[in-house]
Amino acid sequence: MEQLTQDFLRTKKLPHIWCPGCGNGIVTAALVRAIERTGYDQKDVVIVSGIGCSSRAAGYLNFNTLHTTHGRALAFATGLKMARPELKLFVIMGDGDCSAIGGNHFIHSARRNIDLNAIIVNNHIYGMTGGQHSPLTPTGKKATTAPRGTLERPFDLLELARGAGATFGAKGNAAQPRQLEQLIIRAANHKGFSVIEALSPCPIAYGRRNKLGGAVDMLRDMKEKSISVERAANMDEEELEDRTINGVLYSIDAPEFAEAYYHSIGKDIG
Amino acid sequence: MPETKPVLMQGNEACAVGAIAAGVRFYAGYPITPSTEVAEQMAAKLPEIGGVFIQMEDEIASMAAVIGASIGGMRTLTATSGPGFSLKQENLGYAIMAEIPCVVVNVQRMGPSTGVPTAPAQGDVMQARWGTHGDHPIIVFTPASVYESYYLTIAAVNLSQKLRQPVIVLLDEVIGHMREKVTIPEGKLMVEKSSDKVPSDWKPYDEKGLTPLVPFGFGHYYHVTGLFHDQYGFPTGDPPQVERALDRLHEKLEKYRDEIVLTNYIGHKEPRVAIVTYGCTVRSARSVVKKAYWQNRLPVGLLSLQTVWPFPAKEIEALAKQADVIIVPEMNRGQLVGEVERYACGEAKVVPLNRYDGEMINPDQISEEVGRWL
Repeated sequence: MEQLTQDFLRTKKLPHIWCPGCGNGIVTAALVRAIERTGYDQKDVVIVSGIGCSSRAAGYLNFNTLHTTHGRALAFATGLKMARPELKLFVIMGDGDCSAIGGNHFIHSARRNIDLNAIIVNNHIYGMTGGQHSPLTPTGKKATTAPRGTLERPFDLLELARGAGATFGAKGNAAQPRQLEQLIIRAANHKGFSVIEALSPCPIAYGRRNKLGGAVDMLRDMKEKSISVERAANMDEEELEDRTINGVLYSIDAPEFAEAYYHSIGKDIG
Repeated sequence: MPETKPVLMQGNEACAVGAIAAGVRFYAGYPITPSTEVAEQMAAKLPEIGGVFIQMEDEIASMAAVIGASIGGMRTLTATSGPGFSLKQENLGYAIMAEIPCVVVNVQRMGPSTGVPTAPAQGDVMQARWGTHGDHPIIVFTPASVYESYYLTIAAVNLSQKLRQPVIVLLDEVIGHMREKVTIPEGKLMVEKSSDKVPSDWKPYDEKGLTPLVPFGFGHYYHVTGLFHDQYGFPTGDPPQVERALDRLHEKLEKYRDEIVLTNYIGHKEPRVAIVTYGCTVRSARSVVKKAYWQNRLPVGLLSLQTVWPFPAKEIEALAKQADVIIVPEMNRGQLVGEVERYACGEAKVVPLNRYDGEMINPDQISEEVGRWL
């Protein structure tokens, strides 16, 4: 794999705060490579993030970076995008940040179809606070606040987004970073609200408690369970049980909110 | 300055008109009584002048969107009332910490909780001061008329920009919904455009003092966070830096104190009985002073506070040296009266006068209390 563009990294801020075996670095690197490949001007790119482990990525990236409050990254990003529609916004959130405390902003961003690229790093757990269950923790999995396994059912995040009006939904994972990079590029090129769910291992706060092995085991498992959208199309439900469908799940053309707003007031933003 | 003809205008409308005059071009909000007219005015006016109006999914998102737009370089405003003001508090604290300018209008209604949504009250004086967590500074204006709603909103926008500090315009239902004659000065206010022209050694949080906010998208790559941060915006937990950063937030307001703290005194030069109040209660107090001093030459005066936070400590100290008694009428069970007492330092007797049944304090009530001490 080629070297990352050093211009896009705040190398002086490294090493990062993430635990050994964490997937956040892999997802962040995929994002940096994707941004480079889009050819965007560095000054037009903004990284917005919420609160949690993965949201700390913003501090390591050499753009205008906005580390917001818990759950509210998309709401901050909405204000910024409406004020400066020419900017390219990538919004990094964790699973709890996005789908629990930030759930309202998530569905409404989807409903508006505002041109934001939401990257949800899904490690199935609240890592920063030490391992509590999130709305994306699979039923039965253990957490400090579900010591006997959670009884709650998880969201299907991408279906939730589609139902709310998102026009681009893709799933990738930290075990297949090349594919993840490609998905982020496609999301960036899509005009409208794009959701990328990136599965990522948290061996410390999730894997250990659920006996999923170390980081390598978790990544291997992620890769083995992953199946592309194209291959999944020819498989029945039984064959797909316990598999994760990867790739672009939907990409729909629909009016984008910021553009529609500016058009309505007689300004075209292209 | 030539003046236009007087117009009949509502307090909430005056906020919107003042904000636009001061260059506000972004509004994000959520409907709530009795502040909704601010949003409605903005929804009508902003698109006509190339601005952005957006109704968000909740109060929290409105506050967040306003901060986001400010970072993009727009002048911003949001308006709400008690319950919504509670929801805005976390992100308001973020704006204080990250030094992002914005103006929040809170048209107070009777609380706690849903309370009496259509009744006036002044119960959010302490929430405006301490609603968000942490040991933060805040600026709060309390207009007592429609014209004050107009010019204090302008002052709020400008101070907010200059100090990179959120400013709260604390209206009450009476002022917000009242219609009265105002004369808006003609001509355009000077609005400084945010720009990318900055000194080469620009730092987003320069420890030397005030530094302009350079909006995102101009090639100055910096980090904005609610974490304690160094002068480049990057997180720090280093105790001396943390202490320095908190001092920096407070020192901005202390340095420009005389621009921020606005009060107005009318009445006898050496009053025996002084009234200290703010917001719609000023109106009742003024009519008492008019009668007692202007007609009957009694030693009575009124110090009305356009700024309640930072608290006008100097002004109260000076007044307490003159007056024997300071009466503090408020439409709550006594909030600002504690501060008045603190700065009166025993030099004057401080007497609360409270009403909290959803009705205004009327002149007779104040007059009766004044009479008791003359």
